[in-house]
Amino acid sequence: MAAALEMQVGTTAASAADLMAARTQMAVSLGWHIIVACLGVGFPLLVMVAEWRGLRTGDAAWRLLARRWGRTLGVLFAVGAVSGTILSFELGILWPGMMGTFGEVIGLPFAIEGVAFFTEAIFLGIYLYAWDRLPPRVHLLCGIPIVISGVAGAFFVVAANSWMNQPRGFDLVDGKVTNVDPWAAMFNPATPPQTVHMILAAFLVSGYGVASVYAVAMLRGRRDRYHRLGFLLPFCFAALVTPVQIGVGDWAAHFVADNQPVKLAAMEGVFHTERGAPLHLGGIEVDGELRYAVEIPDGLSLLAHWDPDAEIKGLDEVPAGDRPPVNVVHLSFQTMVAAGSALLLLAGWFAAAWWRRRDLPRSAWFLRGASLAGVAAVVALEAGWVTTEVGRQPWIVYGYMRTSQAVSSAPGLRFGLYVLLVVYTLMTVATVYVLRRLARRPLPVAPQEHDVVEENVT
Amino acid sequence: MTLAEVLLAVTWVGVTAYALLGGADFGAGAWDLIAGGAHGGARQRALIEHSIGPVWEANHVWLIFALVMLWTGFPTAFASIMSTLYIPLMAVAFGVILRGAAFAFRKAVPELWLKRLFGACFAASSVITPFFLGTVAGAVATGRVPPGTARGQPITSWVNPTSLLGGVLAVGVCAYLAAVYLTNDARRTGDQGLTEWFRVRALAAGLGVGVVALGGIGVLRADAPRLFDGLTGRALPLVVASALFGAASLVLLARRRLVAVRVTAALAVVAIIWGWAAAQYPYLLEPYLTIAQAASSPAVMQAVLVSLAVGSLLLVPSLTLLFVLFQREHAHDLAVAGHADEGLTD
Repeated sequence: MAAALEMQVGTTAASAADLMAARTQMAVSLGWHIIVACLGVGFPLLVMVAEWRGLRTGDAAWRLLARRWGRTLGVLFAVGAVSGTILSFELGILWPGMMGTFGEVIGLPFAIEGVAFFTEAIFLGIYLYAWDRLPPRVHLLCGIPIVISGVAGAFFVVAANSWMNQPRGFDLVDGKVTNVDPWAAMFNPATPPQTVHMILAAFLVSGYGVASVYAVAMLRGRRDRYHRLGFLLPFCFAALVTPVQIGVGDWAAHFVADNQPVKLAAMEGVFHTERGAPLHLGGIEVDGELRYAVEIPDGLSLLAHWDPDAEIKGLDEVPAGDRPPVNVVHLSFQTMVAAGSALLLLAGWFAAAWWRRRDLPRSAWFLRGASLAGVAAVVALEAGWVTTEVGRQPWIVYGYMRTSQAVSSAPGLRFGLYVLLVVYTLMTVATVYVLRRLARRPLPVAPQEHDVVEENVT
Repeated sequence: MTLAEVLLAVTWVGVTAYALLGGADFGAGAWDLIAGGAHGGARQRALIEHSIGPVWEANHVWLIFALVMLWTGFPTAFASIMSTLYIPLMAVAFGVILRGAAFAFRKAVPELWLKRLFGACFAASSVITPFFLGTVAGAVATGRVPPGTARGQPITSWVNPTSLLGGVLAVGVCAYLAAVYLTNDARRTGDQGLTEWFRVRALAAGLGVGVVALGGIGVLRADAPRLFDGLTGRALPLVVASALFGAASLVLLARRRLVAVRVTAALAVVAIIWGWAAAQYPYLLEPYLTIAQAASSPAVMQAVLVSLAVGSLLLVPSLTLLFVLFQREHAHDLAVAGHADEGLTD
């Protein structure tokens, strides 16, 4: 039914260079967007809590935080909205083979995500621009749809990505899609672990990201109430989410072990199917085996299946042409786990100090660690995406369509990548500059000062 | 009406909304470009920023909506259009990014030279983006996109008389709509000089679009006989309506009926967009692919339409709230908001 006329997938194949360029272009634009998108999902909640505390207590520090975070959120949301748009274009421009064949199967979550994004954009416009025009309580209420639709949007977009890992809800007959059940496609088995993992990741990137800014300021001696609150709220939020995220990550890994054994084999560097498989820490693949890794006996079998003797499928289960590149997947997975574990340690350190003394750890090393936590959260985020995306290769739709079949055969795709690299370099420089500019505004000396009047805090 | 036609009509509503709302935001950027120096054009730029600031992101979503609907409802057509017209569409994507980011950045930096840089970037991409969207429309309307992956000509599919006409018309229509909307926004601020500035430009843009459209008749006749036949055949009432609304708008502008002209100007655009649809009905990709042939599975179309119906229960009141909130403000609000904007620019 997909179309009366066949899509003619791969009739004139794209060159290997163009395929690589298309993958790189998608990776760069998605990897860039995902950072701002995470802030768009998690940051509004922080702004709202700050505004709520300001309303409840009348505390000028909370109110100034809410105002300034609001302005930063405005910039981040704008950049997030437009950097997300190019992805819709690229789905068709770079991967017409997939969209022409499967576009209808995964259209539903995107359509619902469109509704969510619409709601988010509408209420963000109201929230940011009608701050002084609405009664404070009404204004605060206008933030709620932003938070809900942000989380909902993340859910639906990641549901579509989950489908690429666990394609459901259709039959493929002679290269044509029939018998489509869009609900089954949307709620495929990979959706629950993947969406929860990603939404929590967005919270972590937002919490640690914002907290890092204030950790740097505190390291430079600015330890007033404004900076303390600016650190504590996002950091506590992220610290609470961190252990949950570790648990959810374990759930996601179990899911991959059960449903995408080849991806797990690449993540862990398992080349031959075996029982009592060891856990590899570090190591690189050379000539079909993992070298220089620290082995923990039976560790992988235990972690993946809760049984030290469980069988772990190796890469040799599938032909060489169906295997993902081990080094990239293994390294990125380990990087994600390492970054997540470091964040868990940092959160634990904070929790211990807070439990004993109701205060931050005294050591400057804590603040140094916290000032890197935002970067660590982003590293974990990116490494996680590399793991799941590269780990699915050579498939774009797992088991059904290869990435090389989906890529456009249009000539000179790589020139799009070149332009994109230039544009995104400029965008990165500008975004970082503007965000730093927003973060560095001097604090008002007293509530009646010029700056407070400008921020409409009084 | 079949399910596929309903879905396509809903998609076309999205395209229309994007043209009327997102188009005006692009047009505002075009006026920003030629508003003059940092001091001479300050009032114009302040009004533009004030008018589109709260709404442009919501208006932008219509573009994503249309794309998603197209690939969900008509995957073959989507893949064919995107892969054949990848050059202008990539340009649109970059234009969208530069426009939105630069607009947000301009507000956030205090330094004049950076405001100028981001402003120039915002304004230039506001002209480039609708131009390339217009070339895409021209390519699809003239049947230069065959079904299949990158089956059409990579260059001449969008570098041709009709596409160039489409590009110029798109830029002109955006500028015209923006000037019409901004004239009334300026009037509400009580700034007589600014109101006249935009009113004169709305008239000029309207006349310009009219002249290009009239000249375009000859272009279409030579370059796109099928489209020409459609526009002068089944779609003729809509084309005539568009011309009448356009002419009425010029009269209303000249007589300073600034609220009424918003309606007629928008209707002129609506009529021509739906005229295009009527002209190539029942083809999605003329002359290869009909709506029925391109349609996705009924189960998909049902699920999407039901989801959108439920979603619109949320969206319609929200959108209404947004526009009522920011259209209802009066001179004193602008004064207050002007203060807030100063706060927003430090």
